[in-house]
Amino acid sequence: MSRFTSSSTILRHLGWAVVAALAAGVVILFVDPYPDYQLAEVALFGIAAAGLTVLTGFNGQLSLGHGALMAIGAYTTALLLRQSPTVAVPLVMLASVAAAGLASVVVGAAAARLRGPYLAGATLALAVGLPGVAIRFSKVFGGDQGISVPPIETPSFLGADFPPERWLALVSMVALLLAFVFLANLTRSRFGRDFRAVRDDEIAAALAGIRVAGNQVSAFVVSGCCAGLAGSLLAFWAGLTAPSGLGLPLSLQVLAAVVIGGLGSLAGAVWGAVAVVYLPQLSSSLTEALHLPGVVKDNLPLALYGAAFVVTMLAFPQGIQGGLRLLYRKLWIAIPSRRDI
Amino acid sequence: MHQFLVLTTQGITSGMVYAALALALVLIWRSTRIVNFAQGAMAMFTTYIALWVIQTSGSYWLGFVVALASGLVAGAVVERLIIRRIASGPPLNPVIASLGILLFLEAVVPMIFGGQIRGFPPALSFFGFKVAGVDMPFSPFDLFTFAGVLATMALLYALFRFTGLGLQLRAAAFAPEVARLLGVRVGRMLTIGWALASMVGALAGVLVAPVTLLAPNSFDSVLVFAFTAAVLGGLDSPLGALIGGLSLGLALSYIGGYMSSDLETVGALLILIVLLMVRPQGFFAGTSHRRV
Amino acid sequence: MLEVTGLSVSYGAVRALQGVSLSLGDHGVTTVLGANGAGKTTLLRTISGLLRPDAGSVRCDGADLTTVSVEDIARLGIIQVPEGGGVIKEMTVEDNLRLGHLWRRDAADMRRALAEVNEIFPALHPRRYQLALSLSGGERQMLAIGRALMARPRWLLLDEPSLGLAPRLVTEIMKLVRRLSTERNLAVLLVEQNARIALSIADDAVLLSSGQVVSSGPASSMTEDESVWHAYLGY
Repeated sequence: MSRFTSSSTILRHLGWAVVAALAAGVVILFVDPYPDYQLAEVALFGIAAAGLTVLTGFNGQLSLGHGALMAIGAYTTALLLRQSPTVAVPLVMLASVAAAGLASVVVGAAAARLRGPYLAGATLALAVGLPGVAIRFSKVFGGDQGISVPPIETPSFLGADFPPERWLALVSMVALLLAFVFLANLTRSRFGRDFRAVRDDEIAAALAGIRVAGNQVSAFVVSGCCAGLAGSLLAFWAGLTAPSGLGLPLSLQVLAAVVIGGLGSLAGAVWGAVAVVYLPQLSSSLTEALHLPGVVKDNLPLALYGAAFVVTMLAFPQGIQGGLRLLYRKLWIAIPSRRDI
Repeated sequence: MHQFLVLTTQGITSGMVYAALALALVLIWRSTRIVNFAQGAMAMFTTYIALWVIQTSGSYWLGFVVALASGLVAGAVVERLIIRRIASGPPLNPVIASLGILLFLEAVVPMIFGGQIRGFPPALSFFGFKVAGVDMPFSPFDLFTFAGVLATMALLYALFRFTGLGLQLRAAAFAPEVARLLGVRVGRMLTIGWALASMVGALAGVLVAPVTLLAPNSFDSVLVFAFTAAVLGGLDSPLGALIGGLSLGLALSYIGGYMSSDLETVGALLILIVLLMVRPQGFFAGTSHRRV
Repeated sequence: MLEVTGLSVSYGAVRALQGVSLSLGDHGVTTVLGANGAGKTTLLRTISGLLRPDAGSVRCDGADLTTVSVEDIARLGIIQVPEGGGVIKEMTVEDNLRLGHLWRRDAADMRRALAEVNEIFPALHPRRYQLALSLSGGERQMLAIGRALMARPRWLLLDEPSLGLAPRLVTEIMKLVRRLSTERNLAVLLVEQNARIALSIADDAVLLSSGQVVSSGPASSMTEDESVWHAYLGY
């Protein structure tokens, strides 16, 4: 990697990661188990959203199939653990990443010739269609009920009282930070510049010697691996891998995180993940306070996502991160805006 | 043999529905170069409204007409309030906006009408004809679907081909800047285009709901099928939408009948992927280029 | 009366027109000359409302057009034939022509206008059901002008009608333009690079360079003193 990125950039990213790790660690250790559970959810959505940001924001390919790739990661984790429950968790996660990565090679290669709405439509079909496979081959995939997934075992040195949610949150945060360091270095490297060059002008990029198809498949694979990791964490988080919730709605949730956070930045992916996780929480408190019926409580978050998509496109095409940057720029006019795209 | 005939007529019936929704997608693509991923959800919304009218008034045909009318209104509102402002920016934005509309409708509809799956009455009887004591493989409903979609397509064709309004609509789609320079109100034409497309989508909705049943996300797979049909025929070609819809309807009917019904969506997915890899412009794409 | 006063137009940071003024009466031909990039097309696009000026104004019979929509400017009788003609290739010849008149919703007048245009361009009538795609360059230019005439313009803006056409055809079209401006209630603003032929039919001439007017006045004086436009047009 250092051949493509300066070693000072890598060190800088690692430095930030250490700081963030310490801060996150402190928070996780001192809050109650339920907030830890939510932080774990933020982390996994952050990983998925960061991957999608690279694919859509940096490389310009809109994929609606991220939910399907996460499903592949989740089912890999569930199946492996059902098969041999004693396999080390890092290995299980690695296998999930590999499975999703492999699927992304296939999807990416098929998608390399597609642009714009054709790509979106094809990946939409993938997201809608894949759960059907799990139902069809229910003997293997557990059908509608799915496969249950045991929680990650807390290491014995932490004592028997250490809540499993807290351990899950710590593991997820570490995964998030590792993913982020990798992605941040990647986007600053030659690969990252090539991604953006292809997004901005394919023909010019090809003329400059960039192998466009290979570039696009790589972006798919990178984002797919992130989806696989996120899917694995999701399996642990939910304790269950079942077709419902792993299809189109999940794809749209991850897309929501990317759009709300800001299509062009990794940091925005985290904001988006925070929004996606806490919005249902807020909206269900709201519906309870207003004594609205249960069907409203279930659907309000989705309605808000939908509205957020539309409003964001109308008012803030750059999402939260872009909005913050604009605010930043307005408040401190002298400070030049950071060009990270 | 009988099964083959039944699968064929079922394939034609569902194919006509996919063709109608595909036509809606094609109309919008031709006029604004956007794929309206919310088209299925919008059709779902108008179908729920129709059901409410049918249940409160007792009249199927009133509900039918209201469905089409609300389709017109819905399309016009979406174009005017949302799409108009986004179409000129990055091409990704209208896609995201249409997904937002999809999410919003699929969430708001259960809030208003409740989330349980409902039945929807067919326009005419589902039961097959009996001619001279022999069971026909098709029903009045099948005939109505076939005739209804075909008649709508014929009317739209006549509108576009033979009327002044149609000429303006075509000009607004092919060459909006030139049209404006000749005094055509292009914005209004785009709104009308979306309204008509959405009305066709609403028609597809009331025709397919008796079969798929009505739930907030029951038209998701129909949208995928319609998109596949539209791509099959070429996103620019209304005739392609018809032929693509029929072909897909037949193909899926045979897959579902002779293999397994769970595989229908997967089948459509495979067809779509193979198609996009082999001939992304579809089989009937014309020479139309987008110009200003 | 169509008046352009102190018009300044930018594309982002690039200033394309700076303080341009000219005026058109109800008759006659005014030609705007200039090399590539001088700002001629920008001028026409701004008059038609496709671009909005940073400063200055375009007035039609005294009314300011700066906030008027493109369609409404056309409906006032200011009709532009863009560079290349702008003929809609996917539509037939007759559909292209009818498009020019449609907004009036007057079927009888449409028939009259069609008859007039068919008289002026007899080559079009036998091809009326052919797609415009199948016409040659010269025929397309004639179709474009015919379509503009269907709109019953008071001011006709022509953007380089000679571009890519054979010299004999260019002469024909220019003579036609001259004839139209004298026979009808029509003023023509002719943007051209081909200075010689443009000046031969024009009453007044304006010379643009880098977005500014460097010379304006009767066409005859510019014809007499060729050095002026030689310097700016490079020939």
